This record gives sequence, C-alpha cells and structure tokens, in this order.
Amino acid sequence: MASDTSTANIEVGQELPLFTRETGFAVWNRYAAVNDEFVPIHMDDEAGRAAGYPSAFGMGNLQWAYLHNAIRTWLGEDGRIVSLSCQFRGANTKGMTLTVHGTVTAVREEGGARHADLELVVKDQDGHTLTPATATVAFDA
Amino acid sequence: MPETNISPAMRAAIGGELGRRVSFPVSESDIRRWAIAVYWPQQPPPLFWDLEYATGTRHGGIVAPEDFNPFAWMSAESSSSRDADIDANDPDRTELLLGIAGPGLKFQLNGGISVEYGERIRPGDVITSVNRLQSYTEREGRLGLMLMTNTEDTWTRADGTLIKRSRATLIRY
Repeated sequence: MASDTSTANIEVGQELPLFTRETGFAVWNRYAAVNDEFVPIHMDDEAGRAAGYPSAFGMGNLQWAYLHNAIRTWLGEDGRIVSLSCQFRGANTKGMTLTVHGTVTAVREEGGARHADLELVVKDQDGHTLTPATATVAFDA
Repeated sequence: MPETNISPAMRAAIGGELGRRVSFPVSESDIRRWAIAVYWPQQPPPLFWDLEYATGTRHGGIVAPEDFNPFAWMSAESSSSRDADIDANDPDRTELLLGIAGPGLKFQLNGGISVEYGERIRPGDVITSVNRLQSYTEREGRLGLMLMTNTEDTWTRADGTLIKRSRATLIRY
C-alpha cells in the first residue's frame, strides 16, 4: 500500500489517485462469493430488466468497498478512516467502468491528530455520478 | 398505488431490535479472500495477506479492510429465532425479523451507508452485531412510491471495543 501521503503535504484541493475498475460478472461474482450476496438482480440480466434497468447491476456494497480502496491507497498505513458516508443514486450496470474521484475539502487538528475531510464520487465512464460520498480521515500522532 | 406502505404495525416497531449476531472467529483466510474480491483484478495490499509485512506496520499484524463483513454466509449465534427461516434477500425481511407483516414490495435497493469506524478487525476476533430499526420514510420516485428503511448496526469485540457504527438505508418499491 505504497503512498507518498504524509501529514505535512496534505492540503485543501489535493486530489486522491483515481481508483478504476471495469465492472461486470467477473467482479460481482467474486464479491457475491465473499459477501454471500447472490441476489438475482446482480446475477441475471433478466432480473435486472424486471427491476427497471437495462441489465444486471452491481452491488452497492462493492462500490462502498471501492470508495474505501481509493481512500486507503491515498492514506497509506499511517492514516485511518474515521467515517465514510455515501448515497447510491445510479445503477452500476454491466460493462460500466467505474472510477472513484476524491478531493480534500478541509484539514484541521482535532484531539491531537490531524484530520482531513474528503469529498468523493464514483462516476461511470461517461462522467455520470453514481455514488457521491464524504469521508473524514485522521493521522494519529 | 397505495398512499403509504408504512402500516401502523410498522410504525409501532420503530426502535425495535432486528437482530443480535455473534460471528465465528475471523480467520486470515476470510480477510485475504475478501481483499482479493474487492481489489480484483489487482493484487490486494499486503497488509491484508502478508503477515511479515503487516507485522512491520503500525497495525502490528494483519487487519481486515474496514468494509469487511464477518457475518457473511453464517453467524455463530443469532438472537432471532426467526432469522434462520427468513430468506436473506426477501424484501420483507426487516419486518419479518420484527415479527410483523412487511409491505410486500417487490424490489429492494441499497440506498446508502454511513459509518463511523473504531478499531480494525483482526484475525481471531469475534464480532457482535446489534441491529435496530431507526425509521421509515417515503417519497415518490421514478419507479413509483419508494419506501426508505433506516437501520443502525453496532459492531463490537467481546471486550466491548467499538468496531463500527453503521447506518444503512434500504429502498423498496
């Protein structure tokens, strides 16, 4: 988990490295296998269409994991995730390439540790927002 | 289309405990496989699978990704006698766990998650989860009347250490 992040060079406006994944059954089935999440809408295009979408679609929980991955890659091992929130606004249908974008929106000292607030978003390959998110991270002294 | 899908019994159940579960001890293999799935096709960071590397970090050993779920597949204990009989993917699962009738909606989606994190999960940990029904709300959406169900799930270690407090929104229509 190499990262050049240190508390000294974190500043408002800094962008996190992009985290990108091509999505479809190859990643959804692996996630279903570890999270026991074998739901027809995630496994079967017909079930996805019956639910109002053009195909099967991926788990919100997997996008949730991708948000963590993006933050972790940037944080390295000296930081920790204090909180994370997201809203699932669009379906991750089959074949989409998802990218997690993140920006530092605030930096402050709190309880003896440096904290940073982040604004994140999962977008599809056309730049459409699927999942906006916010997070707070801390670097303990 | 009904004016509301929130029955008097559902309103009366707000605040109720949906379930209390105790995980099996978390294994290195559980953590490793989770990390492989969420980083696929890239190799996951060594913190999640390389003991020698992980021992040299401030964690002092392997920890789980924050998003790891130790309750997938099976729990060692579950307080709800109804739990085993209810399909995990039944849209009425929330109400069935409370022993009341659900709204009978056909589809369900994950609306959002908000989590405060405490300590990281480590191999050998046994995690207890207590999940409660917080509220119901409704609004009109593209696909009709949408029912939002908010729950709060608190995970702790056996010594009471907080692992996370998670608020989730389930959308049904």
